[in-house]
Amino acid sequence: MSAAGGSLPRYILIRLMLVVPMMWVLLTLVFLLLRVAPGDPVTAAVGDKLDADALEARRAALGLDRPLVVQYLEYLGNVVRLDFGTTISDRRPVLDIIVNQGGATLTLTIGAFLFALAIGIPLGLLAGRFRDTAADAGIRVYGIVAYAAPIFWVGLMLVLLVVKLFPSWPTYDIASSETKYYVPDRTGIILLDAILANDSVSVVDILQHHVLPCFTLGLLLSGVIVRLVRVNVIQTLGDDYVEAARARGIPGGRVLRKHAFRNALVPVITVVGLQFALTLSGAILTEKTFNWPGLGAELVQYVTARDYIAVQGLVTFFALAVVLVSVAVDILNALVDPRVRY
Amino acid sequence: MRFLHTIWHTKGLARYLFWTGVVLTLVFVVLALFAHWIAPYDFAERRVDGVRFPASEGPSAEHLLGTNDQSYDILSRLIWGARTALQVVFGAVIMSAVIGVPLGLFSGFVGGWFDRVTVFLMDALYSFPSLLLAIVFSFMLRDVLGGSIVAAALSLTAIYIPQYFRVVRNTTVSARESTYVEAARAIGAPPRTIMGRYLFGNVVQSVPVIGTLNAADALSTLAALGFLGLGIQPTEASEWGYDLSRALDNVAAGDFASAFWPGLAIILFITALTLVGEGLNETLNPTLRRRRLQKVTFGPRPSREEAIR
Repeated sequence: MSAAGGSLPRYILIRLMLVVPMMWVLLTLVFLLLRVAPGDPVTAAVGDKLDADALEARRAALGLDRPLVVQYLEYLGNVVRLDFGTTISDRRPVLDIIVNQGGATLTLTIGAFLFALAIGIPLGLLAGRFRDTAADAGIRVYGIVAYAAPIFWVGLMLVLLVVKLFPSWPTYDIASSETKYYVPDRTGIILLDAILANDSVSVVDILQHHVLPCFTLGLLLSGVIVRLVRVNVIQTLGDDYVEAARARGIPGGRVLRKHAFRNALVPVITVVGLQFALTLSGAILTEKTFNWPGLGAELVQYVTARDYIAVQGLVTFFALAVVLVSVAVDILNALVDPRVRY
Repeated sequence: MRFLHTIWHTKGLARYLFWTGVVLTLVFVVLALFAHWIAPYDFAERRVDGVRFPASEGPSAEHLLGTNDQSYDILSRLIWGARTALQVVFGAVIMSAVIGVPLGLFSGFVGGWFDRVTVFLMDALYSFPSLLLAIVFSFMLRDVLGGSIVAAALSLTAIYIPQYFRVVRNTTVSARESTYVEAARAIGAPPRTIMGRYLFGNVVQSVPVIGTLNAADALSTLAALGFLGLGIQPTEASEWGYDLSRALDNVAAGDFASAFWPGLAIILFITALTLVGEGLNETLNPTLRRRRLQKVTFGPRPSREEAIR
């Protein structure tokens, strides 16, 4: 970028400054998509329950009768103050939904990533090392199928299997009803609450509930990781420095471990972060499949209820999350890989 | 058809995977085109001669894959589902290419503030989770178009426009300053001609690869929308994702068939398209391709006199 290039603080500063315009564009996009669209929010949500006067009053109360520009500015102002609006259909503040339901989505995705890395990295290394062998062919097909298989179908098949083999294993929801009753709500993340309450029975119960959904979502992500790691290994194995290491007489196994694999894994951090969008899509589907009480399930429910404000609020929140994660990934990547900092 | 030649001379698995994908895709296309001849029943048919089909029955001579909980014939719905999938995916991919390619070409060629704004918008759209975008679009279009095939195709279109835009725009930007474009400019070709005749042919080459991979992705997004109950309405067409959402209620009771088959169809179709796309990519992209060793045949050895001469 300049002669002073390579300075990490500078890179981070520039990256952080870009957050504002990125968020602004996404927010504008969300607003335009949902507000300029044909149809009236109030009629769509409660049109069949109220008469014309009551609808008009509702519209005025929500400020929907004012010019679009005013509504737009107000929307931006509210988002800055973390006010995502109040749902039309059941009058819940969207922020409450996010706080109460977000934890379930968070633990679901974290668990999924752990499964994905544990499956994806070894398979990818193997396929890249033994390129064009039967092992490679098998792993590549796995990578494609894991990505191609609809996550909800994989979930359904796993449920069928588990119901048959371990009839007592939980196949839906985040915790049994007793656990939900006994664990006090403090952080919004039920697993954390159970740990804080020092309630080992509940912790085990919650973890058991996590296994199936996290594994399902993890399989989807592992497909991406396998393909990425494989290509990276193939590319690094052809790089000059690997050749040079071999030429110096370093044993093959050591070249693989110390030189090729280590560098092949660096981009995984970025790509794992970039998979956030995919993870979010996958989480919405996983939540529906396993009746998981997370944000995705809420979104789907409000879309079905045709609640504009709720949908707008939740989508806005997802958009902000996407931007923040992408920035975090970029900064993390710059810390790990000096070449990124130009 | 030069690329077929290239594929033939590519080394390794890529070739076999590609042809497997092509054959599988053709099977689905045939099923889709001739669904009304191949499928034993209509997708919304559940009685023949006034006798209602049994519900959730195992395979029989009348129903080769059994029936689901609403007494529809599973096999028929599978075959009709191929038609729906093909219609939606084809529509979405064509529409997004038709919008994305010219936009990318124009934006890359004219540059300036228009380019910058469009790139920014497209990047924003691209960074959005695709399923979320599809949900928002189907939410919006519900009031206007209902849960029709057209609405589903339109909901998917917006997701894929940025991909064509990015690739075409970046190729255009790098090709804009190349010698042949400069030459065209020198002989007085107007921008329209430069874009249409010189740049288009060069930037359009990556479109088949993106198109096939997008088709695979569109298929899974369509099924996902259907599964969430936000896609094509069951009265409009047979859709695999919707059938799976119905199966969700019965899976705990061990209803295997109505969950298994639609999912398998989705996987096979997506895998087929992915194999074709990856095969194309791996053979058309010179950095990934490894050529097969060609057999070299020498002519008859020249006689001594000829060699001296």
